[in-house]
Amino acid sequence: MSNIVSLQSITKRGEAQPQTSGCSTKSSCGSSAGQGEMPEHVWNKIKDHPCYSEEAHHYFARMHVAVAPACNIQCNYCNRKYDCSNESRPGVTSERMTPEQAALKVVAVANKVPQLSVLGIAGPGDSMFDWRKTFETFRQVEKRLPDLKFCVSTNGLALPDHIDALADHNIDHVTVTINMVDPEIGTLIYPWIYHNGKRYTGLDASKILHERQMESLEALASKNILVKVNSVMIPGVNDQHLLEVNAAIKARGAFLHNVMPLISDAAHGTHFGLTGQRGPSAAELKDLQDKLAGGANLMRHCRQCRADAVGMLGEDLSQDFTMDKIDAEVEYDPEARRLYREVVERERADRQAAVAVAEDTLAATAAPARLVAVATKGGGRVNQHFGHASEFQVYEVDHDGVRFVGHRKVDNYCQGGWGDDDVLEDNLVPTLAGIEAVFVSKIGSCPKKDLAAAGITAIDAYPFEYIETAIARWYAEINGQADVALGSIA
Amino acid sequence: MALKITTSTCSACGACEFECPNAAIAMKGETYVIKASACSECDGDDPKCIAVCPVENCIVKA
Repeated sequence: MSNIVSLQSITKRGEAQPQTSGCSTKSSCGSSAGQGEMPEHVWNKIKDHPCYSEEAHHYFARMHVAVAPACNIQCNYCNRKYDCSNESRPGVTSERMTPEQAALKVVAVANKVPQLSVLGIAGPGDSMFDWRKTFETFRQVEKRLPDLKFCVSTNGLALPDHIDALADHNIDHVTVTINMVDPEIGTLIYPWIYHNGKRYTGLDASKILHERQMESLEALASKNILVKVNSVMIPGVNDQHLLEVNAAIKARGAFLHNVMPLISDAAHGTHFGLTGQRGPSAAELKDLQDKLAGGANLMRHCRQCRADAVGMLGEDLSQDFTMDKIDAEVEYDPEARRLYREVVERERADRQAAVAVAEDTLAATAAPARLVAVATKGGGRVNQHFGHASEFQVYEVDHDGVRFVGHRKVDNYCQGGWGDDDVLEDNLVPTLAGIEAVFVSKIGSCPKKDLAAAGITAIDAYPFEYIETAIARWYAEINGQADVALGSIA
Repeated sequence: MALKITTSTCSACGACEFECPNAAIAMKGETYVIKASACSECDGDDPKCIAVCPVENCIVKA
């Protein structure tokens, strides 16, 4: 089950049941108020947003349009000159477009990707500093797809000036990137800002930025706009400080805290990349996220996607929808998205029932927690071939339930129809460190043997089962509850 | 008396366009250019285009 906002926790609202799964553990259910008490209007805002709800990210897709390239701050992890279509990280895009072009692209994507539920403007640049283009894009899209949700990402410096305009556009979600609440630490991250027609550097810059960010949070809360805070975890700079950030943003009504690892490479030409500042390991990130679990709700399924990403999280169809492939005469056909939503409603109910069964299975099993990885194409099922996985979703399982922990990107084992042993040895095995079992729909006997030699069990006994069902049955079986485990260990 | 944009390093983000108090900056082809006759170099203040430009030394005296 989700450890951010699970459907199940919502439907349990009002019932006097003991908390199950993530909520009763050190995992990341969030505040003591609990997910189960989430008001209906909040749930309605997030249930179809893949970035705000871990559960929704199994079903719904987002797209970003890079229409607002101007920025008003300089961050040490960003280099505005770098642009490469092979890269996947925030702030990177291969094409910029006008608001009119963006609207055409949205229509083209909506016609072909019925999972589309959210349009985001997330850089490169700052959506609220470059507000003219952001709002013009929303106006153009509203004319064509009135039901599409909008979402913006910003550093918050310019946001207080546009809070009323944002609210007018009926935007449900805003993400503010906040890396510090102590301006001294800010000086290590932000060399300068541009505010009210003037460049500020050093402590002055970080003080202004901090004040405006806190003002943004309060203004958004006053308009009932849900706020996600993104924080970049920079080891030795702000890693432990993010505990204070978490408390400060929670106090100002932020709904979700997304701690992302610094992506740092000299080849990117960023200040941190060039000075050798390293990013955190997967274990360091999880350790910090576990420490933060008592504060604001925590997001663990972020893929740090490109600024022009299209598709489900973890997939990127942006190269299929470049402007040269988009027909200027394209008309929006709402039927595919409507039908898809009907399917999702049925699937959600079905999956929820499966998760309840899985939890009953686990409640009877007292054993240490284990980490497992799952190859999935969506729908919350074990439905991807080992060789086709470009990422694995990581879950933690114990008697309290199955909790989503994060994802790990890998190189495809299957290269041009053949398994690649070098990829397995050099990439897959190191990336899957700490994982005991990998759940896949199918796997060849050779990679299965090689994984076993590295101490990782490949499980292909539960193809197309729900993730929670597969993991719970396996866990019960290895812990001697064979009567409830219907499948067998591969 | 005017500033100019170094085309080879300009990232075409357009931040300078909206900040220019004289509306002297506009997109021309793939990059932004400063119309020399309209640029006042902000009359002795720190030029706003230089203050907002994310690329060091991209905007210089013509």
